[in-house]
Amino acid sequence: MLFSGFRRGARSLAAASALIVGASAFPASADDLTLYSGRGETLVAPIIEAFTRETGIKVNVRYAGTAELAILLQEEGDASPADLYWAQDVTALGAVADMFMELPQETLDKVASVYRDNDGRWVGISGRSRLVIYSPERVSEDELPKTMAELTDKRFSGRMALAPTNGSFVAHVNALRVAEGDEVALEWLKGLAANDPVIVRNNTAGYQAIADGEADIMLTNNYYLGRFLANDPAYPVAQATFADGDLGNLMMTAGIGVLASSHHSGEAAQFINFLLGPIAQQYFTGNVYEFPVIGSGIVPVAGRGVTFDQAVAAAPEFDLNTLTDLEGTLDLIREAGLI
Amino acid sequence: MTSLSLIMGRRRIPAARIFFSALGLLVGALMLLPLYYLVLRAFEADFETVMRLLARPRTAQMMLNTAALTAGVLAFSTLIALPLAWLVSRTDLVGKRLVNVLAVMPLAVPGYVMAYALIGLAGNYGFLNQTLGFTLPRPQGWWGATLALTLYTFPYLYLNLRAAFSGLDQSIEESARALGCTPRQVFTRVTLPHLMPALLAGWLVIGLYVIGDFGAVALMRYEVFSYVIYIQYSAAFDRVYASWLALILIAIALSVVWWESRLREGAHFARTGSGSGVGSRITRLGPFGQIAGWGFVGGVVVASIGLPVAVLLFWMTRGPLAASLPAVVESFGQSLSVAVPSAMLAAVMALPIAVLAVRYPSPLSTLINRLAFIGYAVPSLAFALAFVFFSLQGARFLYQTHLLLVTVYALAFLALALGPIRSALYQARPSVEEAARALGHGPVSTFARVTLPTIRPGVIAGMVLVFVIAMKELPIAFLLAPTGFRPLSITMFSRTSEGMLLEAAPYAAAIIAFSALFVGFVLRHDKKAGG
Repeated sequence: MLFSGFRRGARSLAAASALIVGASAFPASADDLTLYSGRGETLVAPIIEAFTRETGIKVNVRYAGTAELAILLQEEGDASPADLYWAQDVTALGAVADMFMELPQETLDKVASVYRDNDGRWVGISGRSRLVIYSPERVSEDELPKTMAELTDKRFSGRMALAPTNGSFVAHVNALRVAEGDEVALEWLKGLAANDPVIVRNNTAGYQAIADGEADIMLTNNYYLGRFLANDPAYPVAQATFADGDLGNLMMTAGIGVLASSHHSGEAAQFINFLLGPIAQQYFTGNVYEFPVIGSGIVPVAGRGVTFDQAVAAAPEFDLNTLTDLEGTLDLIREAGLI
Repeated sequence: MTSLSLIMGRRRIPAARIFFSALGLLVGALMLLPLYYLVLRAFEADFETVMRLLARPRTAQMMLNTAALTAGVLAFSTLIALPLAWLVSRTDLVGKRLVNVLAVMPLAVPGYVMAYALIGLAGNYGFLNQTLGFTLPRPQGWWGATLALTLYTFPYLYLNLRAAFSGLDQSIEESARALGCTPRQVFTRVTLPHLMPALLAGWLVIGLYVIGDFGAVALMRYEVFSYVIYIQYSAAFDRVYASWLALILIAIALSVVWWESRLREGAHFARTGSGSGVGSRITRLGPFGQIAGWGFVGGVVVASIGLPVAVLLFWMTRGPLAASLPAVVESFGQSLSVAVPSAMLAAVMALPIAVLAVRYPSPLSTLINRLAFIGYAVPSLAFALAFVFFSLQGARFLYQTHLLLVTVYALAFLALALGPIRSALYQARPSVEEAARALGHGPVSTFARVTLPTIRPGVIAGMVLVFVIAMKELPIAFLLAPTGFRPLSITMFSRTSEGMLLEAAPYAAAIIAFSALFVGFVLRHDKKAGG
């Protein structure tokens, strides 16, 4: 018999398949929501569990990188099993905005218009502000830049960290193009490059570069400091805003949208409404060190670093809806030699 | 006797050959799917934009950096792996079995953990300054990237070299000595040429890994060609131009595969002496040799395992220990449920391909053997996207199932399983198979009853390599794992991605500890693989 020797092998392979099928039994009932989350499990799992407790709606979450999920959604198209996509930044939301359905007006109205899509396809869930972080040991307060433009000053030569592939940085450059035009934006980028920055992978790495003494200052997002301080109250990094109204103090959001192919748009809207409710907003403010995106009733978290009130007071008036030209922005960053 | 079995063989070869060729072709066809997908996407591009992305001096610089990094990692991993393999297989070093296990363990360390560990040593806020009060310059650039990659890829070369040392026919070395060669001449003229196929096989696996790696390289701030692909996917959210870049990367990788097989064919004369079973000549080290040997082993172990483990433990003492043991164990169970079947399936796929290469060499078997490397050479995000595309088009019921994830892992890491199995087959004596056939066994039955038990250590080594890499893999799991499935690797990423390194530490430690225990267990219980 040609195949006799393989009988035993076939038996163990069958056993292995049974193991595989058994292990893949993740029951997903038709009424469950499927969420693609670019935000990390430790940050958002508690609030998702609270939603399930309150409504009885189960949420199956696929945790992965924000970028990987955006690309996955593009590849899946209409066949996507996802009902919702929760992204770290508006650039990623913009990349898949075509695939979202329009959200109910009632949901949209909870959020100020600058923190949501003009066409009603996504809303911001939690805010963060752009600002500078610095080493209080190596940078004196009067040395701090008053404007975003001042970051190109020679006094920061060799002292700056920069995360040029980070979504918030790319969005920030896009905002500069909208506000001041491509030429100014390119000059600014070239000025940063001329200051020979330490190129870091992401914002966290920038905080670490300053704590480790490799860099003194960085343009970044506010909300990481709270977590570093929670582990070490003496963490050697401080924050400052630019002058009031400067584009450097831009407010950004992490946000969420509902896939047009979803069969659970009602439950999905319910989920978003919950995230925009007082419990979740207080959670993002108090536990994640981000800023609320709804008007009132949220108690700010006390701590070192720029507070919500300071950030709001310093923020420029800017509509995140104008941040649409991702490819053109990346081209400028490439032309300046930063990526 | 020989001529008789050859005649018997000639009558029976076609059936077996057709059987193994069909299996090999099936696997080869699966490997071509991602290429087809990438070409499909690439043709959506407009050529001007492709040129704008590619025709920059920076791209050329990144290509050069990739070449420099590959050369550096190959050189340093050889400097570590060659002495280690020699110590374990050719000397009376005390505790060789332990060394053998320790030398494989660095494979369990995820690349970004190794990079974080090296970085975490240095700086004002680093491990050394916080615990001992002195600072080191931060490892970065070519040196940093070379160091990090070397420290967790050298075991691939070690495993190949150890197998080659134990399969080496010592009588040839004896003859060279008898003919008046100095020990050095014996090494350069006899031993080294015999080790060449193993060196090439190890270099190929490490080289392809280095060409495609992004994680450790990014943390070390060294810009290589894979960085361009990374930016295209993760900053531009683009699949079309990324496909072009991925195809270029694959072209580079396949030319490396082509050169390796050319060189390996050239080195084939070295195989003719194997299998004659002369006892190994063991070098006696003496007390100073023992100390020097263990000094070397200790240095390698401290750098490759001690360092990441120490930094992880340091993080775990600084942060609140958020992870409860049951959560980690559950996560480990999910990791196992993918890694174990992936390793088995990869071995099952590799067997017919290895048999074709060794027993039935032909242009077709050469082609199939080169196709087998595609999965390992394609950037994993592109590889995963291809299977997203095909399962949604042709087999929706498979999409984001365990079965698909396991199959894709097996294809992606097939090349890792193929190496040791092929080497083991080269050393298995065909005469025993011929005898079995002469006794009336069919070729497939002969294979299962005679060949398979002989090459067991190679099969197990191949499965261990696939298992260990599947435990720590990320991009493919991101896209293809069932929703809600959280193996250790994803659980860890969910924390590092938000800058919560301290919270990630228990999961990173669990990946290393569990993989290491598992590998140790497998190697201990397989006497032949234990060297």
